[in-house]
Amino acid sequence: MSSSNYTALDYFELDELLSEEHKIIRSSIREWVNKSVKPIIEDYAQRAKFPLHLFKEMGELGAFGPYLPEQYGCAGLDQMAYGLIMQELERGDSGIRSAASVQSSLVMYPIYTFGSEEQRQHYLPRLAKGELIGCFGLTEPNHGSNPGGMETRLRDAGDHVILNGAKMWITNSAIADIAVVWAKDEQGIIRGLIVEKGMKGFTAPETHGKWSLRASITGELVFDEVKVPKANLLPNIKGLKGPMMCLNSARYGIAWGAVGAALDCYDAALRYSLERKQFNKPLAAFQLQQKKLAEAATEITKAQLMAWRLGMLRNDDKATPGQISMAKRNNVAMALNVAHETRQILGAMGITGDFPMMRHMMNLESVITYEGTHDIHLLITGNDLTGISAFV
Amino acid sequence: MKILVLIGNVPDTTTKIKFNADNTAIDASGVQWIINPWDELALTRAIELKEAHGAAIEKIVVANVGRSETEATLRKALAVGADEAIRIDADPLDALYVATQLAAVAADYDLILAGIENADYNGTAVGGMLAELLNRKSVSAVSGIDLEGDLLKISREIDGGAQQLSMSLPLLAVVQKGIAKEPRIPAMRGIMMARKKPLNVIAAADAEALTAFEYFELPPAKAACKMVEEDQAASLIRILHEEAKVL
Ligand SMILES: Cc1cc2nc3c(=O)[nH]c(=O)nc-3n(C[C@H](O)[C@H](O)[C@H](O)COP(=O)(O)OP(=O)(O)OC[C@H]3O[C@@H](n4cnc5c(N)ncnc54)[C@H](O)[C@@H]3O)c2cc1C
Repeated sequence: MSSSNYTALDYFELDELLSEEHKIIRSSIREWVNKSVKPIIEDYAQRAKFPLHLFKEMGELGAFGPYLPEQYGCAGLDQMAYGLIMQELERGDSGIRSAASVQSSLVMYPIYTFGSEEQRQHYLPRLAKGELIGCFGLTEPNHGSNPGGMETRLRDAGDHVILNGAKMWITNSAIADIAVVWAKDEQGIIRGLIVEKGMKGFTAPETHGKWSLRASITGELVFDEVKVPKANLLPNIKGLKGPMMCLNSARYGIAWGAVGAALDCYDAALRYSLERKQFNKPLAAFQLQQKKLAEAATEITKAQLMAWRLGMLRNDDKATPGQISMAKRNNVAMALNVAHETRQILGAMGITGDFPMMRHMMNLESVITYEGTHDIHLLITGNDLTGISAFV
Repeated sequence: MKILVLIGNVPDTTTKIKFNADNTAIDASGVQWIINPWDELALTRAIELKEAHGAAIEKIVVANVGRSETEATLRKALAVGADEAIRIDADPLDALYVATQLAAVAADYDLILAGIENADYNGTAVGGMLAELLNRKSVSAVSGIDLEGDLLKISREIDGGAQQLSMSLPLLAVVQKGIAKEPRIPAMRGIMMARKKPLNVIAAADAEALTAFEYFELPPAKAACKMVEEDQAASLIRILHEEAKVL
């Protein structure tokens, strides 16, 4: 049963490219967002609280690691399904989508891809259900865009390793039961390991005072001589490629997610502009407002097609990091711009929490920064096109 | 015990309805189709009963009379928890026609649940007609249903109160709001599992529709609203008298 007035723009009849099953998936998540996210999210964002109860609900829905196999409690769906789930979640709020992105692509994906069979069985089913919350520790106070320079270290101590260092800007940090952490070993090789809440010397303080992703928890991970059993090391990956593969998966989801945020803004602005009258005419009758709407619709449509094509490529395991960077960068910038332009259509109403634009706009400032900044993705594309790295 | 839930495929309740050129049918372009809300509640209750009574309920089957476009709706029913689906391949022409088609597959089921109305044309007759065709007892306006041993405990809303019944199977219950709390949202695993559940397509039985739609009309557009300032009583009376001509 649907109860929202929301109409998703589908100007190029993209729906014809989706299977019936994809559409059921999308409508499920959309319905859940209408019922569970939309009515409360503004309040949580205003209070800078994460709606923790939604984590369990997302688990029950199967929004975590939906593309991982059934034997680990996941749904075994394809990449297009994952993208559509992210799109619908981010129509609700980028913070909710972030929680799901991290859990799926940055925690479950590495455990599945690089983990041992024991690790998979031990963690994945509970992560899928939302009984365990995960986080991903790559960024450090001194190393954001160049994670390869990380200072967090582990040293061999027999049947366990000793972990020292600190991670920063970590989504879900303070509520996470486990953290997938990237650290260098004594040979300077990047390794991934699973650190559990409660391990001695491990703390996860929250970062307060954000103007962005207010309904999402961000914080630090601090490791002070933490003893981590060797069984918690991810055995099947060494080097920066590990975290980068995780980021590829998450960035792909963000390329879809951003479309969701933009669709929400566009839909709200279109309806408002048809109802609100000035000078005896609906706002939508004025050319300047039509320009904003028409450009938003055009950009959303382009972004939808890019996300869809990237999904096809990922289904065939052919998407390159360069393509993913291009889509993430384009779609997030597009969404931020759409949020900004559509907010203006609402005049003063647009700055209130009665409409979603300001929240999306502020959220997207994080989205355009994390998982590779807007600049860094441009450099990745530039590198891909020219063969010349312009990072250093 | 086997439960059959009748599933109507109707436009989303927020759809802006348009008609075709000669106003004889709904223009289906751009329409999102959903499970008829009352049928969705019936299905939800069937699933709740199965969860609560386990082995006593062998399976839940959903049935629809419609063309292949309605299969997405049936898949959704499978995704939320129905075990099998039946699509009778025919256009749902009128209530008797639909009931006749359903009668061909429904006899096997101990409990048949039908929604009290269909959200598209506000039809309300299929459930009762099907009971009649199957020569089976039926109860209408059911807002609560539970299983106790071999009996069904049923509550109905009646004028000014509620009626409690105890009924034996086989039975057809026409259900209304209150039968289940909230419809369920299909989970990703359910959607994936629905792929493997049977959706059987059955050829239509010989039957004739006894009614036909002549044409449809939209309700008249709301007239513009004229505001009169609060201290202008005289002008209000003049408008009511001269323009609205109600005084
Ligand atoms: C809300 C939020 C949640 C986050 N969640 C996580 C998480 O869960 N896990 C995690 O590991 N990280 C997380 N991050 C961290 C995020 O990935 C980093 O913030 C991001 O990679 C950028 O790093 P930085 O902030 O240190 O910026 P810096 O690297 O210091 O960059 C600052 C500016 O310099 C530019 N710049 C940097 N290098 C170059 C260059 N070579 N050429 C040109 N310009 C350059 C950047 O584009 C940027 O504009 C999160 C961040 C935020 C805001």
